[in-house]
Amino acid sequence: MTAVLEISGLRKTYRSRKGVRNALDGFDMLVEAGQVHGFLGPNGSGKTTTLRTLLGLIRPNEGRMAILGHEVPRHLPEVASGVGAIVESPQFFGNFTALETLTLLAIAGDVNRNRVHAVLELVGLRERAKEKVKTYSLGMKQRLAVASALLKEPKLLILDEPANGLDPGGIREMRTLMRDLSDSGMTVLLSSHILGEIQLICDSVTIIAAGRRVSSGSVADVLAQHTSASVKVRLEPGVDLLNAAQLLRTAGAEVRLESDHFVVGNAGNPAQITKLLAEQQIFVAELTPISADLESVFLELTGTAPVDGENRQVDQVAAAGGGWGR
Amino acid sequence: MSLYRAETRRLVKRRFTRVFVVLTLLVLGLIVGGVGIFSTKLTPAVTARAQTQATAEYQSALEYAAEEKRLCAVDSAAYGGDCASIYQPTPGDYEAQWYLPFSFNFGESFEDMLVVLTALLAMVAFAIGASFVGVEWRNGGMMNLLLWRPRRAQVLLTKLGALLAGLVGLTVVTGLLWTATFWAIGRFRGDLGKLTPGVWQSFGLTGLRALALVVVAGALGFGLASIGRHTAAAFGVAIGALVVMQFGLSTVLNMASARYADLYLADKWVTAWMYKSAEVIDWSAPCDYASGGNCEQPVFTITWQMAGGLLTALFVLVTVVAMWTFRKRDIA
Repeated sequence: MTAVLEISGLRKTYRSRKGVRNALDGFDMLVEAGQVHGFLGPNGSGKTTTLRTLLGLIRPNEGRMAILGHEVPRHLPEVASGVGAIVESPQFFGNFTALETLTLLAIAGDVNRNRVHAVLELVGLRERAKEKVKTYSLGMKQRLAVASALLKEPKLLILDEPANGLDPGGIREMRTLMRDLSDSGMTVLLSSHILGEIQLICDSVTIIAAGRRVSSGSVADVLAQHTSASVKVRLEPGVDLLNAAQLLRTAGAEVRLESDHFVVGNAGNPAQITKLLAEQQIFVAELTPISADLESVFLELTGTAPVDGENRQVDQVAAAGGGWGR
Repeated sequence: MSLYRAETRRLVKRRFTRVFVVLTLLVLGLIVGGVGIFSTKLTPAVTARAQTQATAEYQSALEYAAEEKRLCAVDSAAYGGDCASIYQPTPGDYEAQWYLPFSFNFGESFEDMLVVLTALLAMVAFAIGASFVGVEWRNGGMMNLLLWRPRRAQVLLTKLGALLAGLVGLTVVTGLLWTATFWAIGRFRGDLGKLTPGVWQSFGLTGLRALALVVVAGALGFGLASIGRHTAAAFGVAIGALVVMQFGLSTVLNMASARYADLYLADKWVTAWMYKSAEVIDWSAPCDYASGGNCEQPVFTITWQMAGGLLTALFVLVTVVAMWTFRKRDIA
């Protein structure tokens, strides 16, 4: 597959009186053509800095970036027509209508003005196109932002939190739109915090924490790398859970008791559980492998899982690096 | 060219631009209306009426003086014993021209009206220029545009070009209407005065200097708002400059008896630019009574060339810094 987007060793440092902060600390990313690629990371991890650097809005200190085979930012003017992007929540002139907003962009970008109506239709704003943007809800503005990114029929679509402010129906529509665009050959880079959505629509993901890549690959591979050998065990009603758990612990199992079941953490061979218990006339009612979801993998990799009694700060991650004063 | 068209269209469609242009035209209309309503054509009847009034006032003054003299003759002590000091009015004290109603003289007064127009348009140009780019910085429109047009220098210069072209258009159209309207007031409700080719040439040159001032004001507003990335930045600098230069520095320099303290007043330079020269007096210097017995102090003349140099320097400085910061700074 052809790489549509390549980033290697990207470094961006901010200096202030408080010290030096590495927003990006040798970050790498690869997005292949025709994929929907999820870009995940906690707040302040460097997602938006990466996207802005890629789009020429921020100058990196080091690193190499290429879009559609062209080095950027040096050749950005040549590839800009092939890249549609929204970064964070773009704002528009409140007194302009959606139609005027997109028409001005179409004129500025030398895009066929017929595209304006096509993209308004695509994002579901056709009926409201002649209303002033200041009357729009957050979700409608988000749709308009996506429309503006789609206006130039990009080969690469970069969307930063596109579902922000959308209602459940809108999120589903956006998901379908991403999938359709990908099916039509467009590559979509999607930054989002809605991990369930990412898992549903993305072919591959890159996870960033403290300005560094902590994982990447297809969604299935990333999940597989972090799927534990845990199984959930539920016994027949009336059976002493504590006794059964003790039995397994004696055999070396890592058992965590829950209210009506227990979890065996190192169940490399689940059949061993049923065998051990059956020998003591204890019969298993349910034995379910616990598969990791993207959210748990994300929390584990980025070190941002909530801890009881602690208030995690924005720059506080388990991964090394980042933070003020380094 | 497409970006230029888009920016021109955006400039024209902006509510801020429209509101300010309409308000400007309204104020200009009020000035024109006021001059037109209060100006009176000096017909022989109007002149005769003024002459009659002047004569009547003179007669009244004569009668008053005669009465005073009569009373003085009766009781000179009440007048300090000097009846000869009672003023005897002369016809020269009651000239008919002082009783004429206001009459707009196009040849004599239009240059002042051009300065009024320029001052108003320059303020509006500054505000529109600042808002044109400042709002885009504030609401993320600039970032959005740069995703389409990554060549930053080209983007900023095109925006500036569209703004200045719009201001030139506005100034030329308004200036022509202004000229035509005041010519009509002079023709029908006042006096045209002596309109020689030289007078028209002078008006034309003043008009060109007015145009340059409006353009520079617009560019300054645009540049300052771009450097500060906010409309308010330009207004803040303008107000700051006004407070520091016009009031603070001027007061301090006057208190310190600095030479030519008024040189730091912006209005002196604007006056020099519009009226071709402006004189600044060295109030700290001792009086020279050698010529005519009056207090003469050294005078420094600011020429329009000097004022033009300063305007050019400001224009170049602000534009270059705006361009440099636009190219170098991150857009976050």
